[in-house]
Amino acid sequence: MSSPLANPQLPPGGRAVTPPGTEVIALPRSLAASKPGLFHLLLKDRFATAAAIVLVLVGLTALLGPTLMGDLATKQNLTATNRPPFSLAEGWQFILGSDSLGRSMLARLVVATQTTLSVALPAVGISLVIGSLWGVWAGYHRGWRETISMRIADVIMSFPSLLLAVVVLYVFSPSAANIVLILALTRIPIYLRTARAESAELQSRTFVDAARTFGTKPSSIIRRHVIPVVLPTLLTLATLEFCYVMLAESSLSFLGIGIQPPDVSWGLMVAQGRQYLQTAWWLSLFPGLAIVITTVAANVLAAWLRIATDPAQRWRLTLKHKRKRFIARVPVKEVA
Amino acid sequence: MPETLLPEPLLEVRQLTKNFHVPGAKGNNTLCALDKIDLHVGRGETLGLVGESGCGKSTLARTLLMLETPDSGSVRFDGVDPFGLKSRDLLAWRRRVQMVFQDPFASLNARMTAGEIVSEPWATHRDLYPTKAARQARLSELFTLVGLRPGDAGKSPQEFSGGQRQRIGIARALALNPDVIVLDEPVSALDLSVQAQVLNLLNELQQRLGVAYIFISHDLSVVRHVADRVAVMYLGRIVETGSTEEVFDRPRHPYTAALMSASPQLDVSGLAPRERIILQGEMPSPLDPPSGCRFRTRCWKAQDICATQAPEPRVSLTDPRHISECHFPLEHTDTEPEPLAHAS
Amino acid sequence: MSTITQTVGAPDVRAEDQLVLDVNGLVVELRTPKGTLRAVDRVSFQAFSGRTIALLGESGCGKSMTAKAIAGLLDPIADVAAGQVRLNGTDLAALTPKERRKFAGPELGIVFQDALTALNPVYTVGTQLGEAFRIHHRLSAKAAKVKAVELMRRVGIPEPESRVDSYPHQFSGGMRQRVLIAMAVALNPRLLIADEPTTALDVTVQAQIMALLRDLRTETHMAVVLITHDLALVAEEADTVAVMYAGKVVETGPVREVFAEPHHPYTRGLLDSVPANIGRGEDLKSIAGSPPELHNIPVGCVYQSRCPLVQDICRTVSPPLEPSGAGRTVACHFSKELENA
Repeated sequence: MSSPLANPQLPPGGRAVTPPGTEVIALPRSLAASKPGLFHLLLKDRFATAAAIVLVLVGLTALLGPTLMGDLATKQNLTATNRPPFSLAEGWQFILGSDSLGRSMLARLVVATQTTLSVALPAVGISLVIGSLWGVWAGYHRGWRETISMRIADVIMSFPSLLLAVVVLYVFSPSAANIVLILALTRIPIYLRTARAESAELQSRTFVDAARTFGTKPSSIIRRHVIPVVLPTLLTLATLEFCYVMLAESSLSFLGIGIQPPDVSWGLMVAQGRQYLQTAWWLSLFPGLAIVITTVAANVLAAWLRIATDPAQRWRLTLKHKRKRFIARVPVKEVA
Repeated sequence: MPETLLPEPLLEVRQLTKNFHVPGAKGNNTLCALDKIDLHVGRGETLGLVGESGCGKSTLARTLLMLETPDSGSVRFDGVDPFGLKSRDLLAWRRRVQMVFQDPFASLNARMTAGEIVSEPWATHRDLYPTKAARQARLSELFTLVGLRPGDAGKSPQEFSGGQRQRIGIARALALNPDVIVLDEPVSALDLSVQAQVLNLLNELQQRLGVAYIFISHDLSVVRHVADRVAVMYLGRIVETGSTEEVFDRPRHPYTAALMSASPQLDVSGLAPRERIILQGEMPSPLDPPSGCRFRTRCWKAQDICATQAPEPRVSLTDPRHISECHFPLEHTDTEPEPLAHAS
Repeated sequence: MSTITQTVGAPDVRAEDQLVLDVNGLVVELRTPKGTLRAVDRVSFQAFSGRTIALLGESGCGKSMTAKAIAGLLDPIADVAAGQVRLNGTDLAALTPKERRKFAGPELGIVFQDALTALNPVYTVGTQLGEAFRIHHRLSAKAAKVKAVELMRRVGIPEPESRVDSYPHQFSGGMRQRVLIAMAVALNPRLLIADEPTTALDVTVQAQIMALLRDLRTETHMAVVLITHDLALVAEEADTVAVMYAGKVVETGPVREVFAEPHHPYTRGLLDSVPANIGRGEDLKSIAGSPPELHNIPVGCVYQSRCPLVQDICRTVSPPLEPSGAGRTVACHFSKELENA
């Protein structure tokens, strides 16, 4: 039950009003009515569209790549080691060069996509689901549930996550499943805290009160009112977390406790190419570039998603680009 | 709207007290929001509740809607105390009283459609309209009843105007067929012309459905128009109550008189200037209410007794249902109200 | 505790009729996804020293936008597209932002609706009050603080010496509004714009604030532009009124006369919507329909879709704002018929 001091918009001596200035910012209703589908909105923003295309390509590569490449990634060709990229002399598979064991960089890059994503996506998924549900529950009920949850989150966050991962993976063997679990665990507090904060704010909102007046159970209120409002924020967060987790996995592989050979991930490729930076720079550069491109694309899409999923802000994406002299000043004499 | 009260009021509130515990506040930790409130509402009648911010009317509304549990005192609907019921029975009682909120923006979830909003109560009370067809039919009925097009049920709240959103809120409040609807400043956020439309709608609904209203408002002209009876609240207490004419034309409590006086009047005909009472200071904090009579810090009639002894409810000689709490109530002869005091 | 009574509604006979603000043909346009919309369409009115003119209208009629345009506080998507705003002879609309800044404070003060958001929560009230003096009079922080205390006393804030170091959230709503008013009148401006100054306040606090504004106006002979949707407030506080609808001024004149005998159907409709004189149980006469969307403003009279007197000419020709009596103007083809209706 909320206290009378929970509503910040009612200072003593005053009454609640619709915020001033909504006359200017809130557009006429019918503009809000013309809600273009998310897809059409996406097409209006060139950067977001490019980012989406990149991510789709990465996804397709992860799904289909290994099947298409066959065993090209593991086939060693000791006569063609450390070949430089951008020459088709050895065949199309060496377009991006070859590594120290003569394996095709292109093939390895493609296969590594699947491994990298198969670590990053489940890790993000697990931490998203657990952290969000926990946070939403804690934030709605407040009280001791909230306090204890936040202290647990504090404890987890107080360990440097990478260090924790190193320790755990050193003690237990560094299998892909373990990596996913430890990365998920260390990232749970991010969602927990965000979900809790949003949920705590939402539970005092008037439409939630209205639901309580019909006697709706807390679980139904959470499902119907809190989660749909919180979800966009959490998904945007998840997109950003995806970048972090990918980089974390790369770091772990770099340190040797991530993906173990013969499996290959981008991070592992970067690690393996470290010794040859002076001579065979492409060994580290291309996987590194893959990480960067995927991360940037995810970031751009996350920023766009943030606005697109908020019904109150969505209209901003439909504005034409601002031109300098949009309105010509009418000479005064024309006016009565 | 009936002029006389039925012997058994539909909703009866007795000595209702509600305190909140505020941690770390200066001085007292207890916020006294409601102090021994007495109220009743008959079937199909409209009780106006007038008061300024901090007087506790929101807390009272929330308690009547069973969102807050009172510390002492009783609430009786049709003779039954809902706070004494177990959860399943309590759920059934929740249907009897519903609420229309002040802010048409905030009280509707922007991510749901209008139809979903109005039919949400039925998800918790599945036995009311068990089949989808029944729900659909009732939804169209409700939309038409409040003056909206049933075809608009698929639109989201942003696509409606403020007045239409308030109609959605009213439709939602009607969804469970309540006996009493608490309206918390239902027209304050609306434009004047829209306000008139919504007030007319509320009037029509009451005549058609026989539902009782508890109409909370700070706008005295609106309350005068809609209410059969009026209760004036100040700092957690009801300082005056009675029929609308009695309270507005012959206010006994100084605060009521000050409220009337402070409201600007649209005196279309007159050229005569009028005297207005300007109260000094502001409403004291409910964390530390004044001893004795709570209004004494701003009252121009205050004497020593007002600080030591809380005034008892007194009945007016002209009308036994007109009750006020003041040691020195304003007297009215038949023709002239008591002249207002000038600065002493 | 004593109570003050104050006479309201009496005509102010002591004012000199000096023209302070002359708004002529003001047009404000908004850039939106659907094109350019006119939020304020050729609005003209005048404010005189010692008198209050009310801009009366419902939400979306453009009255706040007009105020912001005068004060130079328009949102980036809005632009003053035409017209003049002459403050004591200088056209504010033609100035650069830098030149305009010299006017804010000494010539023009503005009071907003919501004091909580208009005050910076991380600075003390004294700092914010003293800001005007530091900028325009180049006073030191200490001297500015002395002035701030003086100001607070002037607007009736009790114990100003101790409260000058408090933060906005430590004041009640009414006190915060007094602080805003103090900030606006700090340098004794010739013109004060009050944008819904009491909408967020309780009625007893509203009475206090309006009394304060009236006193300040009498003291300094400043012109006041009062923006509101509250007809009763206009009736009691304003001398003249300009009624706005969908971005246009549809009627102007002295308040008493306009309210006693409106010349425009919209004004009449507004007056009829007020519950004051209707018996309980009877329907209020509401104006059917709702204001047009800004991108759907019809050709011809802007009020045509809701007007009981509408004829063919209303759908084609937009009525200009023309004189219709002593000191009154109206924009309607059939205002004469309204008298008989």
